Amino acid sequence: MAKARGKVAFKEDLCKGCELCTTVCPVNIIEMDRTRINIKGYHPATVKEMDKCIGCANCATICPDVVITVEREMDK
Amino acid sequence: MAVVFQRTNGLTEKPFHYCPGCTHGVIHRLVGEVLEELGVLGDTIGVAPVGCSVLAYDYFNCDMHEAAHGRAPAVATGIKRVHPDKVVFTYQGDGDLASIGTAEIIHVAHRAEKITTIFVNNAIYGMTGGQMAPTTLIGQKATTSPYGRDAAHSGMPLRVSEMMATITGAVFVERVSVDTPANIRKTKKAIKKAFEIQLEGKGFGIVEILSTCPTNWGLTPTESLTWLQENMIPYYPLGNFRTPEEAK
Repeated sequence: MAKARGKVAFKEDLCKGCELCTTVCPVNIIEMDRTRINIKGYHPATVKEMDKCIGCANCATICPDVVITVEREMDK
Repeated sequence: MAVVFQRTNGLTEKPFHYCPGCTHGVIHRLVGEVLEELGVLGDTIGVAPVGCSVLAYDYFNCDMHEAAHGRAPAVATGIKRVHPDKVVFTYQGDGDLASIGTAEIIHVAHRAEKITTIFVNNAIYGMTGGQMAPTTLIGQKATTSPYGRDAAHSGMPLRVSEMMATITGAVFVERVSVDTPANIRKTKKAIKKAFEIQLEGKGFGIVEILSTCPTNWGLTPTESLTWLQENMIPYYPLGNFRTPEEAK
């Protein structure tokens, strides 16, 4: 069965740390980066294990601040 | 890799001023995506309301006009009658549309004006500090109902979509929600349908979108979506109340 591979990019300075993206990720790879603070003063959402991303775009769909761009490719 | 999701050209580059987790941002994006996909960005005039989304004119990448509180449908009527070839929409909250603007929204539908209304229902007044709205649920605490809304004192919450569906001129009435990615996709479909009906000149269309207000509800953004699912959807059932086929 074809396995989808994806990649997400965050415009971190737009992130308001609402954490909604972390609740809809089917592979649970989005987390809030507690070690950093963005220009708005929030801990931004980030992905550490990008190779697990399936490019479903759930995170980008629920993000209220259009922070996330999603790319996807299907293995043959 | 192919880009499958990116910022729509239907929005300007300006960052939203909304509170963290506020679903206004999602709904703005959906409207922008629909206008871009329909290829009408250059022919669209939106009317912004009073409320948290009073600055919506800064965010949509089309011509915008501001209206007095609740009067967006009246302003949109004037714009559409002068420019019948343009796409005209109003973007209104529940304090704006369901309270001070009730007369305007009823009669814009009654006159079957060919405009589209995006109605954001979060069951509270947001910008002014969390006062009770006509749409506030029974038992829901607001700054003007600190013990929770009491039906004997304030009446039952107003169901706008059901009310609009009784008006012949309202040819498209649908209630949707933005609580999950699946429902957000359904919301986009409803918004697209409403704009297509305007483009076909069939009459007035309204999409009621159940939304959150984490700040004034006193909940986190995640808790707010759960509260919406457990409290709002049972009282405000999702679904289509009117389509042009039924409205003939």
